[in-house]
Formats: sequence, C-alpha cells, structure tokens
Amino acid sequence: MTTPAPAPLLRASGLWKAFGEREVLRGIDLDLAQHEVVALIGASGSGKSTLLRCLNLLEPIDDGQIFLGDVDISDPRADANAIRARFGAVFQSYNLFPHLSVLDNVTLASRVVHRMPRREAEDRGRELLARVGLVDKAKEHPDRLSGGQQQRAAIVRAIATDPEVLLLDEITSALDPELVGEVLELVRELVGDGATILMATHEMGFARDVADRVVFLDDGLIVEQGPPAQLFTAPQHARTREFLARFTA
Amino acid sequence: MLVAVASTLVFAGIIWATVINTPGWASVQQSFFDPEVALQALPKVWDGFLINLQVLGLSVITVALVALLVAVLRTLRGPVFFPVRVIAAGYTDLLRGFPFIIVLYLVGFGLPTITNTRMPVVLLGVIAVTLTYSAYVAEVIRAGIEAVHPSQRLAARALGLGHVQTLRRVVLPQALRKMTPPLMNDFISMQKDVGLISILGAMDAIAGARSVASLTYNFTPYVVAGILFVLLAIPTIRLTDWYTARLREREQAGAIL
Repeated sequence: MTTPAPAPLLRASGLWKAFGEREVLRGIDLDLAQHEVVALIGASGSGKSTLLRCLNLLEPIDDGQIFLGDVDISDPRADANAIRARFGAVFQSYNLFPHLSVLDNVTLASRVVHRMPRREAEDRGRELLARVGLVDKAKEHPDRLSGGQQQRAAIVRAIATDPEVLLLDEITSALDPELVGEVLELVRELVGDGATILMATHEMGFARDVADRVVFLDDGLIVEQGPPAQLFTAPQHARTREFLARFTA
Repeated sequence: MLVAVASTLVFAGIIWATVINTPGWASVQQSFFDPEVALQALPKVWDGFLINLQVLGLSVITVALVALLVAVLRTLRGPVFFPVRVIAAGYTDLLRGFPFIIVLYLVGFGLPTITNTRMPVVLLGVIAVTLTYSAYVAEVIRAGIEAVHPSQRLAARALGLGHVQTLRRVVLPQALRKMTPPLMNDFISMQKDVGLISILGAMDAIAGARSVASLTYNFTPYVVAGILFVLLAIPTIRLTDWYTARLREREQAGAIL
C-alpha cells in the first residue's frame, strides 16, 4: 500500500435517468481523477451522451449523486449555472453561435458568466485561437469555417474559461474523415497539457492512444472498464467483445 | 432591359388608352381624382394623418413590450407556469380571432363608459391596437424563439449562462432574424389599421377626409388619405422585400459552404 489514491475530481454514483418510459441510465458509478482521460465507448443509444449531459447538469437526473470535488452538485439547492460554468462541453455538431463571430463565441462565457472585461477576454481568446491556428478567423462568422475549424473553435470556446473537467461528446462524428485528424490533434494537445477529460467517442484508435481508462457502456450500464490495452485486447465480457468485434470488423 | 422598358411602355399606353376611352371615365375622374378638391383636402387630411402616426408610433412601442412579455410567458417551462402559459395562450387565441373593429368599439366606447372618465382618443386607439397586435406579434416572436435549434440553448447553458442570459445573448438575436419578415408584415397591417380610429371620433386622416368629402360632395379626399397611407407603407414593404431577399441569399451562401 502506497499513498492513498487522491479523491476523484468528479464522482457519479448510482445515476438513474429515464426519458418517459425509456430508462437510459440505470445506475452508473463513475469516477474521474484530476488529469485523467477517460473514453466512453458503446453503441449509439447506450447512454453516453445522456451521461455526459447529466454530469454537467444539462439534464436533471432521476436518482443518484454527482460530486465535483467534494461538492454535491446534484443537490437541487446547488447553483446549477455556476456549476455548469466549471465544466467545458463540446458537442457532436459544434453548436457554435451562428450570429456571433468566432472570437465572440469564444469570449461569451468569459464576459457574461465570469464578468471578465471584454479586452482581457478577447486577448485571451485570440491567444487560444492562435494556438489552434484560427486567429485569422477570429472576426469571421462560424458558417465561413470548415467543419474541422468550427469544431476546433468550439473546443477553444469550451476551454476559454479554464474548466475543471472537459466533456467531449463524439466531437468528430459529424466531420468529414479528412477533417477528423486536426480535431483529434487538438484534443491530444489538451491531454498533454494535463486536462481532465471524459469523452464519448467512436474513434477506437484514438481512445486507445490517449485514454488512461476506457469505459464500455451498454444499455445504460457500465459493463466493463479498464486500461485501453486490456479492454481492447482482452475484454472480459461477451457484450464488450461483441461490440468491439462489430466495430473493428 | 430594353425589352422590359419597351414592354412596360406599350403596356402602360394600352391601359391608359383603355381607361381614358371608357365611358364614364370623366365622371370617375371628377369624383375621385379632382385636383382642386385634393388640394383643398390635403391640409386637413395631413393634420389628421399626424394623429394616425402618433397612434402608430406609440403602438409600436407598446406592442413590442406586451408581445415580448406574452411570448416569453408562453415559452416558460415547468408545471409551475402552467396557468401563466394558459392565460397567455388564451389571450393570443382570443385576440387573433376577434375582428379588430370589435376590439376598437369595446375599448373606444366601452372603456370610458365603465370607468366613467373621458379618455383621449389617441390613448384609446393605442390600447385597442396594442391589444390586437400584441397577440399577432407575440405569436411571431414565439415561433421565432422556438425556431432556434435546441442545441443552441444547450450550448449556452453548458457555458454557464442562465435562462435570461441565454435568451438575451443566444436565442433572441437568432430568433430576431427569423422573425423580421413576418414582423414587418404585421407592421404594414398596423399602419393601415390605425386608420380605423376615426370611428372613435378621432380627427384623424380619414375623419378629415370625410369632413371635406361631405362639404364638396366629392370622394377625392378619401383618395388623398389613401395615398398618404400607401406612401407610409411603401418603404416598409420595400424594406421587407429587400431584407427577405438578403436573408435568402445568405442562407444559400451558407448552404454551399
């Protein structure tokens, strides 16, 4: 026994979520340590997106608890807006704001939620955009950008406020194959910088490369989880094997 | 271009000749388009028209405020707001179905009667126009708000924006673009309907025209008033067309990218 494991940054226990009669999450327990990168895999409809949305309180949960640090953020008395601001979220279809320039997209939360002066927010926004090679697009509207550029801008928007946890929801699924690389490259850089990331993904090769842990979700339950090397090469459960076989076939 | 000009000239010539040679044109010209009567009527009609403009200008502000409030009330979610939603929905259903002239009678004659006070006609006109048009405009605003894709709201909430911040920074600016053409159409209807306040006894453009018409036994003053309303509407109509075309262009450009 060495030093005790640090308390997880994000902890979900016993999460239940139903949409009408359909139970989407049926008792999820999941921990995420600081600087940890966890990949969520599973078929469409297995509950990956719903889980991500429940974690940053975009969807109310029916049962269970969520802790961020040692704060119970699933407590109805918690300030949901302030808690969401501590997360960064990136969506499959970018969801950039079409009426705002790229720079305004990136700085909106800093200015409106975090009350940062516009100048300061814009300096920081430009700096981040420069890092991802989009500073020359700062004044453009999102519809002038390619899909890959839009998704990179959306990632910059998510990290502009220095969130404690990044939730990435199949962020390359809507992209043309030749644009996937540039987005994954950016995520890889964030991983290198020590970001804490939970990502739902169908990019098995990428998950294997960057994730510390892979979690296989099936029908609202975590069937199996472990280091990528183990889960991808020697899955314990028949369901996992089935899913991976279908995916690599 | 040349063909269009030539065709227009020929067409106009034919219509002109037909109208001029129609039996009875002389009497039509005399009772509807008498320049002398028109000149005589213009000052009075113009003075009245300023009252119509006053009602219009005030109503634009009150309609915008009331309609926005009703629309936002209708989009509130959660069981707590059920009665509020029902009231807002009932209001829009009722007032969109009611003929404007009935609202005008009820407000214009009813309101002073039940309150037993004399109220300025402009105020009564503004109340009636606001009651009716807020119902239409609220529906346009609501449709605009609901036409903004839910993923936009989701992205804003994910950044930590609250309900009002999301509405103000993300939803309404996008909804406004979708709402502008139908809103402008409602504005055009409103420009005409403020002419109806003459039935409340307001000395507006139409009442002014009526008084001159009854003195001269000539309908030209009505035509003069009509032309003023048309001149008022044309810029809005052109602006609507221009804006709608521009929106279409932008959407098509966006679709290619």
